[in-house]
Amino acid sequence: MRRWLPSWIGMPRLDPVLLGLLLLLIGIGLAVLYSASGQDMGMVARQAVRLGVGLIVMLAISQVPPRILRLWAPWLYGIGILMLLATWGMGVGRGTQRWLDLGLVRFQPSELMKLAVPMMVAWYLHKRVLPPAWKETLASLGILLVPTLLIARQPDLGTALLVAASGVFTLYLAGIRWRVILGMGGLAAVAAPVLWFVLKEYQRNRIRTFLDPEADPLGHGWNIIQSKVAVGSGGLTGKGWLNGTQSHLEFIPERHTDFILAVLSEEFGLLGVTLIMLLYMAVIARGLYIAGVARYTDSRLLAGALSMTLFVYVLVNGAMVSGLLPVVGVPLPLISYGGTSAVTLLAGFGIMMSIYGHRKLWAKAG
Amino acid sequence: MNRFNAGSAIKDEHQERSLFSRRAKTGFLIITVSILVLLGRFFYLQVVAYGSFSTRSESNRVSVRPVVPNRGIIYDRRGRVIADNLPAYRLEIVPEKVPGSAAGLEALLDELSGLIELSEDDRANFHKSRRNYRVFDNVPVKFNLSEQEVARFAVNRHRFKGADVVPYLARYYPYGELLTHVLGYTGRLDADDIASVDEGNYRGTRTIGKVGVEQYREKELHGNSGFERVETNASGRVLDVLERQDAVAGTDLILSIDVAVQRAAWEALGEGTGSVVAIDPLDGSVIALVSKPAYDPNAFVHGISKPAYEAILNSPQRPLFNRALQGGYEPGSTIKPFVGLAGLELGLVTPGTRVFSNGEFFIEGYSRPYRDWKEEGHGLVDMEAALEQSVNTYFYQLAMNMGIDRMHDYLAQFGFGAATGIDVRGEGSGLLPSRAWKQAAHNEPWYPGETVIAGIGQGFNVVTPLQLANAVATLVNGGTRYAPRLLHATKPAGAGKALQVDSPVSVQVPVKSQRNWQTVLNGMDRVVNGLRGTARDVAVDARYRTGGKTGTAQVYRLREEDEYDDKTVARHLRDHALFIAFAPVDAPRIAIAVVVEHGGAGSRAAAPVARATLDAWLEQELPGEPGS
Repeated sequence: MRRWLPSWIGMPRLDPVLLGLLLLLIGIGLAVLYSASGQDMGMVARQAVRLGVGLIVMLAISQVPPRILRLWAPWLYGIGILMLLATWGMGVGRGTQRWLDLGLVRFQPSELMKLAVPMMVAWYLHKRVLPPAWKETLASLGILLVPTLLIARQPDLGTALLVAASGVFTLYLAGIRWRVILGMGGLAAVAAPVLWFVLKEYQRNRIRTFLDPEADPLGHGWNIIQSKVAVGSGGLTGKGWLNGTQSHLEFIPERHTDFILAVLSEEFGLLGVTLIMLLYMAVIARGLYIAGVARYTDSRLLAGALSMTLFVYVLVNGAMVSGLLPVVGVPLPLISYGGTSAVTLLAGFGIMMSIYGHRKLWAKAG
Repeated sequence: MNRFNAGSAIKDEHQERSLFSRRAKTGFLIITVSILVLLGRFFYLQVVAYGSFSTRSESNRVSVRPVVPNRGIIYDRRGRVIADNLPAYRLEIVPEKVPGSAAGLEALLDELSGLIELSEDDRANFHKSRRNYRVFDNVPVKFNLSEQEVARFAVNRHRFKGADVVPYLARYYPYGELLTHVLGYTGRLDADDIASVDEGNYRGTRTIGKVGVEQYREKELHGNSGFERVETNASGRVLDVLERQDAVAGTDLILSIDVAVQRAAWEALGEGTGSVVAIDPLDGSVIALVSKPAYDPNAFVHGISKPAYEAILNSPQRPLFNRALQGGYEPGSTIKPFVGLAGLELGLVTPGTRVFSNGEFFIEGYSRPYRDWKEEGHGLVDMEAALEQSVNTYFYQLAMNMGIDRMHDYLAQFGFGAATGIDVRGEGSGLLPSRAWKQAAHNEPWYPGETVIAGIGQGFNVVTPLQLANAVATLVNGGTRYAPRLLHATKPAGAGKALQVDSPVSVQVPVKSQRNWQTVLNGMDRVVNGLRGTARDVAVDARYRTGGKTGTAQVYRLREEDEYDDKTVARHLRDHALFIAFAPVDAPRIAIAVVVEHGGAGSRAAAPVARATLDAWLEQELPGEPGS
């Protein structure tokens, strides 16, 4: 048992199971991207480089002990909030204020919050008695609501949703009462009509389109209809890799980013979709297992919340592509083209690997 | 042991772990169920509804394509079709489907030009418009193919992958140049246009209204695109229509223009350049809006060639210029009825006030003479006589008493110096000078001499024919100023009958005394019907009684000692002839403004044009024995 004592030198602390699952997803993702991009090797290479960077970040973070990561939480959170406030005035982006131009690099503070919010809530609850009492519950809600609202304002509903979910899952795993969870759900349902008046016109159009895509099939309904056609034409077994006739040429506007699942569905059919979903569920299950064997309270909550947040990505993206949800900018984890969210995700898995590597010494599996 | 590890006495590590474990298990159960629901959705799409989305072969595709709505037809107020849709064919290329990228595209165009005449222009236009479309869109190459071209292509179709000849409805203007300056025309959709419209609704549309009513009413005329979900083979040919939602055709428009009146005015202008605007004073509807010369709008519909366009652009007579809306002219004596009314209503003169004209007017302390057109003067005249004979001295004196700012404020009520708000774009606003304007525009003070000549519509004053006609309409209907309307009624697709459009916005000019207004109208009556009227030839043998006022807009300013003579001055330096009129005098049904460029004095050149226009309208509108 002594050989598992924390040490900066020695075997890198990794979870081979999690790593294997992630590499499998990444491999499938690059293959689908090659097809979705019209066999553009350059695009695949760019994505591979980004994922490589993400994996290095993951490995680096996995070597940092959870108690050090814990010290970072308030700082990351505080800096994140400050940067979100800065986007209010000086944010850049097409019609939105998501990016902060730091001279050398452009940075999206909302991505940082995907990790900082669950870290902060876990940090806050770490020393406190669980399940949290009213005071702790309200304080935690405050911690997650401030950045959520700041991100929703940019506007970036997809990311706001993910940030809020990560915080809510932390609270859920800490054991807040079901009454409170149901109450929050009810409140959200009541707030939804109010939200309508806060939304930007393009966001309202997305919801209108979702409710009735056929009403404006050439404009706002275009993406949803085309995506459904691509998915549906895949059938049970798909048309085969590189043979997706629907998705290849004209029809899916963001076929390599948010709508890449449509390409996968067309080429690999229901079987391919099921396989991908099983992979994601395996990742989530492994994440929850890691949480179960975590050494500290905050590690447990954090690993659990990050795992469950992955589910939100998958569910929202899958529902969007199949026309169950309005178009919300949520990528398919590790498969959609784009660097920012992949790096954030892999950093999150780095935290989980650190937690696994520094797990409870006496833990019995399960 | 872990129980003692917990930092606080109340914190129960073991219980927290088991709580977490329960929550994690419940969470994973919810996740599993949600993923199963999601997979159920995919099962529905990919297995249950597979038939509706599937394609018959691997290379086939299901695509959604737009169904372009038919553009609304435009009628004149008597129901004549003035903008129609005719079936035609155009050549289109889908760049993405052409093998061999850019070089392949050039080769395809080369080969096509063996069958279909493609000028350098057509090719340049194609490359230009290509940038506005996505690679998988059909980009138009040439519109309005001849029957032979269509037939030749049909036989050789298999040779041209990515190119196709497709039927469409092309805009056609049966009256050609007669109505260009009213209707405008439709032309190829360009990048600026795309930015200004709802992209979804224009996904299949290839032309858009460029100027005139076609531009202003684009939204109504265009209609709403439909769509159809079709299965196509690899080369894009439709194999089966799976679902279809029809387009909603554009709204038909009925304009207030009367082609008969428009043509009468157009023809009466003869070879000359100029403008006629006729307005119904009862509702502000525009009966005729002529600007001459014009050009054939049909040439623009199919994409005009560069040399043809340059010929129009560089013509010295400027056919592209819409004189009725944008032409700025000195109003000359046509301003006098308005200045006269201002004097009466402001209480500076009464209908009986008389002024002595001896041929010259002086500002006290200055030696410069301001002349009457009659060298020996007109003697003692009151308002009506001053209008009848166009006595400058009367209005010099009145303007001096009034001052430029009061004149400005009163005339502004009749719409001078501001756009009328007609329902087409590009209208000029003219110029109604004031002290403040001159200070702002020229950074100079106002001089008294400028007030004097402003009284007879000279100096800084600028009006458009439309403004002038609308001011007359306001004057003769008792002071109600409408924003002139070209749109008379609309007939939405499927509607049984036409819907009258809302009455235009109006402003009421305050009436202090009915008698003042009547005095001015009497004066204008005497211009045409009086013994010394300046436009007596207008009234000959008319069934109705006309009132009017002549005017002359100086093009070339004479030195003080020079004598102006039509016959000795080069034509392009000759004065513009102006005439405003209304009829019948006792219950006006039409108000018009006529400008004949370089026509010399108003009565000779412009009055006959006015007569022809009035006749064309009143022959139809007045009850009684026609032709008597």
